Amino acid sequence: MEKLTVITGVGVPLRRTNVDTDQIIPAEFLKRVTKTGFEDALFQRWRQEPDFILNREPYSTGTVLVAGTDFGTGSSREHAVWALRDYGFQAVIAPRFADIFRGNSGKQGLLTAVVPEDVVERIWGEIEENPGTEVTVDLESRTVTCGSVTSPFEIDDYTRWRLMEGLDDIGLTLRHENAITEFETHRESWRPTTLPVR
Amino acid sequence: MNAATPRTLAEKVWDNHLVVKGENGEPDLIYIDLHLVHEVTSPQAFDGLRMAGRPVRRPDLTIATEDHNTPTLNITAQIADPTSRTQIETLRTNAKEFGIRLHSLGDIEQGIVHVVGPQLGLTMPGITVVCGDSHTSTHGAFGAMAFGIGTSEVEHVLATQTLPLKPFKTMAITVNGRLRHGVTAKDIILAVIAKIGTGGGQGYVLEYRGSAIRDLSMEGRMTICNMSIEAGARAGMVAPDQTTFDYLKGRPHAPQGADWDEAVAYWSTLATDDGATFDAEVVIDGDALEPFVTWGTNPGQGVPLSETVPNPADIADPNERANAERALEYMGLEAGTPLKEIRVDQVFMGSCTNSRIEDLRAFAGVIKGKKLADGVKLMVVPGSARVRLEAEAEGIDKIVTDFGGEWRFAGCSMCLGMNPDQLQPGERCASTSNRNFEGRQGKGGRTHLVSPLVAAATAIRGTLSSPWDVE
Repeated sequence: MEKLTVITGVGVPLRRTNVDTDQIIPAEFLKRVTKTGFEDALFQRWRQEPDFILNREPYSTGTVLVAGTDFGTGSSREHAVWALRDYGFQAVIAPRFADIFRGNSGKQGLLTAVVPEDVVERIWGEIEENPGTEVTVDLESRTVTCGSVTSPFEIDDYTRWRLMEGLDDIGLTLRHENAITEFETHRESWRPTTLPVR
Repeated sequence: MNAATPRTLAEKVWDNHLVVKGENGEPDLIYIDLHLVHEVTSPQAFDGLRMAGRPVRRPDLTIATEDHNTPTLNITAQIADPTSRTQIETLRTNAKEFGIRLHSLGDIEQGIVHVVGPQLGLTMPGITVVCGDSHTSTHGAFGAMAFGIGTSEVEHVLATQTLPLKPFKTMAITVNGRLRHGVTAKDIILAVIAKIGTGGGQGYVLEYRGSAIRDLSMEGRMTICNMSIEAGARAGMVAPDQTTFDYLKGRPHAPQGADWDEAVAYWSTLATDDGATFDAEVVIDGDALEPFVTWGTNPGQGVPLSETVPNPADIADPNERANAERALEYMGLEAGTPLKEIRVDQVFMGSCTNSRIEDLRAFAGVIKGKKLADGVKLMVVPGSARVRLEAEAEGIDKIVTDFGGEWRFAGCSMCLGMNPDQLQPGERCASTSNRNFEGRQGKGGRTHLVSPLVAAATAIRGTLSSPWDVE
């Protein structure tokens, strides 16, 4: 994973709440066995509507998505993050994210910044009034900046550190391999195993 | 951890799986007892292992089944869609290469991953369960800590049998009283989500408590825990009790002999201690609940079936109002229409929410001897091959086909339409599944989430109906 400190790019206003992962990427695209090439699948149904935001210039070149509350609800499909990333998005700003989506984003270097609803409204105002206005998300200072709007954003310390260092989770966990092995020696015999029985 | 401090069920299971306590803002490292795998969210995880040269740490704690892409007709024929076929074949190759037990299409233990785990007795109280599927919350019905994960986390669990996690907050959902005849677990959870919203459970483990929950069967508890994710919660739990133990005892992977006694003794200590505090609490009056139905495009947009389609103008928040307006447009509904006047084109009885034997029995009990409404299609999809056989032994297949419905093979089917079971654009469906998102059951399809009893009554009358309407 690449190290991430500051992201600056065209802001895309997505004035919708409860954007579930079925909308971010419909189920038919989950049949692939690869991890890249999902850019065409992003918001595939909504992109068939001519006035959908990503069909309008200069928003189609956006890299910072600004959405309503409860973004990424529903299915655990990490494909939603891959589709956003493959399209070119580097950050999503919203008042609240679904837990699994947010976790998946952190694993893939997609920055999710939580700001209050009124800040989202003000950023929407800026990027709708002046299409092409850039939004800056600064992990170092934990601030979002767009035109006259500056606001701190919320992200947990650990995810921030991992993103800034570009660290891989499995590698980090394997530092504790001895502790895992030790834990396993105390595992009670009633606990399940999947080996065929009888 | 001070053992004298009163703890919740969720905290006890968490503490029991702590491998490394996180310090300086780091997450805890939690051990995973059971990892369920299916074809959709695993190929890229196995690929990651292969590229890093890592083995699966505990194949003996891992089990795979084919469910999302599998056809529910002609299961012995080659899968027609080449991408679906490739995904299934990829799982078979990966299971073989990494030494993982797999139940393939045609196998008696094949079925929806969240039906298979409990059916085999692998799901049990006091364990941690994960799967690359958000409805893993289902297994919390046993008093397990069970939650859905993304593909990166699937790879992480395959490699390490652990997950780095920040502790969840806890929320008590207390359902008092006693459900009226015709009101079921599905109505409870739809009412809960309507009350707290699709984001209301975000960051929480929900613990369902109270007399109406204690009275539920394991199937009913699974239905409720299954949809915890629809309220934004990662997990839902019910404290294990005699109902849990009776369900488990004698299942193929349930502990036996001295192990069983030791397990039951431990499981009996898991209930939330008196004096333990929850971070949030919600109370629902079980006596007052009615059959519920969703009218919109997220599971929180639900109301009692006796009501009318809500008017967006009554919603104060401008974003929520816009959301409701868009939902009504998508659903092709007018505010103020009585819900019971809404005609459906299809009824879908199935999914990890409601496809277990008890669900099928309840459904069959209502439609027995009746006829499917004109112009309505009905598809009944058992949750697993074993449930299908069990239902057939009871004559449920015959009741469904005599009624005019289709009796299918097991799988996720029209819950998400990854296989050929899909709605056509504009078709309206009363569905016992868990998500009414735009296009979820097929592009342009319109979904109303309901209980098996409401699905059955609707299939008889052709309009959204309560079981009370067909008595």
